[in-house]
Formats: sequence, C-alpha cells, structure tokens
Amino acid sequence: MFLLNNMLYSAVFDADRYIDIAQSSFLPLLKGALFYSIPMTLISFVIGIILAITTALFRISGVKLLSGIARVYISIIRGTPLLVQLFIIFFGLTSVGIKLDPFPAAIIGFSLNTGAYASEIIRAAILSIPKGQWEASQSIGMSYGQSLKRIILPQATRVSIPPLSNSFISLVKDTSLASTILVAEMFRKAQEIVANTYEPLLLYTEAAFIYWMICFLLSLVQDQIENKLNRYVS
Amino acid sequence: MLSIQNLHKQFGNLVVLDGIDLNVEKGKVIVVIGPSGSGKTTLLRCLNVLETPTKGNVSINQTDLNFEEKVSKKDIQTLRKQTGMVFQTYNLFPHMTALQNVIEGPVTVQKVNKEKAKEKGIQLLEKVGLGDKIDYYPHQLSGGQQQRVGIARALAIDPEVMLFDEPTSALDPELVGEVLRVMKELAHEGMTMVVVTHEMSFAKEVADEVLFMDQGQVIERGHPDHIFTTPKEERTRQFLNLLSE
Repeated sequence: MFLLNNMLYSAVFDADRYIDIAQSSFLPLLKGALFYSIPMTLISFVIGIILAITTALFRISGVKLLSGIARVYISIIRGTPLLVQLFIIFFGLTSVGIKLDPFPAAIIGFSLNTGAYASEIIRAAILSIPKGQWEASQSIGMSYGQSLKRIILPQATRVSIPPLSNSFISLVKDTSLASTILVAEMFRKAQEIVANTYEPLLLYTEAAFIYWMICFLLSLVQDQIENKLNRYVS
Repeated sequence: MLSIQNLHKQFGNLVVLDGIDLNVEKGKVIVVIGPSGSGKTTLLRCLNVLETPTKGNVSINQTDLNFEEKVSKKDIQTLRKQTGMVFQTYNLFPHMTALQNVIEGPVTVQKVNKEKAKEKGIQLLEKVGLGDKIDYYPHQLSGGQQQRVGIARALAIDPEVMLFDEPTSALDPELVGEVLRVMKELAHEGMTMVVVTHEMSFAKEVADEVLFMDQGQVIERGHPDHIFTTPKEERTRQFLNLLSE
C-alpha cells in the first residue's frame, strides 16, 4: 500500500514537473531555432546555391581546368563527414592561426557542403533540358551566357526544385551538428537544459518536434513553388 | 546572297556532306529533298553553324566563314543573326508564352525596346494566324500552332534567309496544311528560303530550285518542273518513284 502510494505520488509529481520543464524550455529552444538554426540554414543555403551553380557551370564548361577544380571540390566534400569538416574549420584551423567564431565557422562548413551536393543536382537539371532548347536559342543569335540565363536555367530550376528541397530540409537538420562547435543553436540549448534537469527524453523529443515543424512548413513552401513553376507544363 | 562552297562534314569516319556547293539569290526558294541519311538536314544545320562543317565556306552577305581556319564565335553569331531557323520539333521555349517566344530574339539579342518588340511580335503572330493566341504557352497549342509560333519567332529577328528543317514532319496530317500555307505566303512575299522537306507539293508549287541529295552529295538540281517530271539521274527517279507509291 505504501509502495503504491509512493509510485502514484511520484507519477503525479513527474507530470507536473514535466509540464513545468516543457513550458520553461520551449522558449529557449524556439530562440535557438529562430536566432541560430534557421538563419544558419538560410545563409548557408543561399551561399551554397551560388557555389553550386558556379561549380555546376565549371563542370559542364568543357574547360579541363575548371571542371577539374569542380570535381576535386565535390569529391572532397562528399567524401568526408560533415562533422569532421566542421571540426577542421573550427578547431583545426586555429593551429594555423585562423580563429573563427562558431557561427561563421558553421556557415562556411554548411555552405561548402550544400555547394557540393547541390551542384550535382543543378548539373543534372541543366543536362536534362533538351538539346533543341540550346539550338533554338542559338539560332536566334543568343550567346552561351544568354541561352543559359534566359532559356536553360529557368527550365532547369523547375526540374531541380524537388531535389533541392531535399537538400534544404537536410540542411535544417544538419545544423544540429553545429552544437558540437559551440553554436548556441536549438539542439545545444536542449543539451544545456538536459544538463540541468536530467530529462533527456522530454527535451530531445521537444527539439525533434520543433525540427519536424520547421521541415513541415518548408515542404508546404516547396509545394507552393512547384505549383507556380509547373504552370507552363501540361 | 547566301552561298556555300565545297562544304564537307564528317562525324568521325562517317562522311555526311561530301563537297556541297550552293548559291541562293535573294528572294529565291530552294527546296532540298532526298532519302533519310542523305545529309540534307546536316546541310541546313551547317548554314547557321548548329553543326560545324569540317571544311568549306559559308557566307551570307558580308559574313564569310571559312571552316579550314578557326572561326570566331562573333562571326558565327553575326551569321546566325541573319538566319532564321524553324525546327522539325518546333523547340519553342516552354516557359514563355507565344508572344514572349517571338520577342525573345529582338529583346535579348538585338536589344530592341520591349514595347516595340511586342508590337511587332503581335503583328507577326497575326501574320501566321495566331493573333488570338499570343498569351498561350506552347503546351496549350496544337503542333501546327506551335510550329507557326516557331516561324514567327524566326521571322522576328529579321533574317536575310529562313531555314526550314522538315517543318511539317512531326505534325499530324491534318495540321500540315496550315503550316505550309504560312510558308507559301512567305515565299510569295519574296522571303529567301532554304527548305528541307518531304512535301513534294510544296516543292512543286513554290520552289525556284530543287536539290536532290543522296549520300552527302547533290545528285541533281534544277527547276521543280524538270526534277519532278524529267529527272536525269537514276537515283532521283528511284526516290521519286518510292514517294509516289
């Protein structure tokens, strides 16, 4: 009887405590997401896409030096773990006198990573546009650059939106790795709260839930963009 | 005005064009016929350097390209600005409306004022009978309508000569007529044209000269009356017989 009472008591006690911790931790986690995780994702993705387009154009340029540079870059980034890349940029580079703050170090790491993966998506999308589109644009006197900008890339964009959305959503989640190089993003916040409350299940589930919500919203945005770009295909 | 001399094209060891000469005077319509694989499409594509000839000369007005030497991109572009090309598979830009397709060359390449280009673009689309379809995307148009937009797009750059690469071959039979009608109209207006086609009726009606090609060479050339009624060469006769069967 005493035992049962004790268990009930502790269960009730835990429920209150859970609600309390969940409530008090939600705001710090959300702040971590709004001030670090999301900006980190957005900035890295924009820089990454610029890198990716450049790399893709290098690869299809037919100039050996340029396509060589692109290949080596892609090979190194894809062939090494993102976590290791972040450690090299943040901890490793200090040995040669380059001291970066956590946030910019993370941005560099994520941008390089996105650039390499997305460049292959963009290259494939460009190559998927029929040769006749190049020929038609050249036949009206367009230069290579004009054809690319006006005719090929707009069509390649439509093709690459679904796989690029994948990259984007992956990037949202990968930003949790920045916790290991001291960026005060959402997952690091969760870890800090766990250190005080000893409630790993609650806090990590809460963080997971917020990541999920962000990705869910992003997939809605993806649908919108796809609908808009699909208006010219039957 | 348009002339080619001793034009050769090889893909690896395969000889596709084996020394072609052609002179097109202003306002003339040249129709190129021949069996598939005869090199007629390659010949046409060499005229605006969508294929780079292995050897020989292509010149339009003052632009003279000699393919034994290195040909500059600028010269190729100058040449292309003087030729309008109509493709077998239309190759319209799918992300642009009919009107946007037509004004793309003038606005992007020739830097014509957009409003002026639109005005002229609408006129051209009206000319090919699509004045009511200017805001349609290619996928909303039938094959024949798409090809007529293709013709308007090529005309929009004010070319010296129009090149047609089997413009009706991909069309359903009932749509061929509307495209040929536009082409005949152009011919009667005095447009210089080089047409690769299997439409013999078109050749008979509007061609000033017919070229029969086989295996990369011009086998016979002359006025359509002669080519179609009294061909001199055995291969021409065989080909025409096959068509009339």
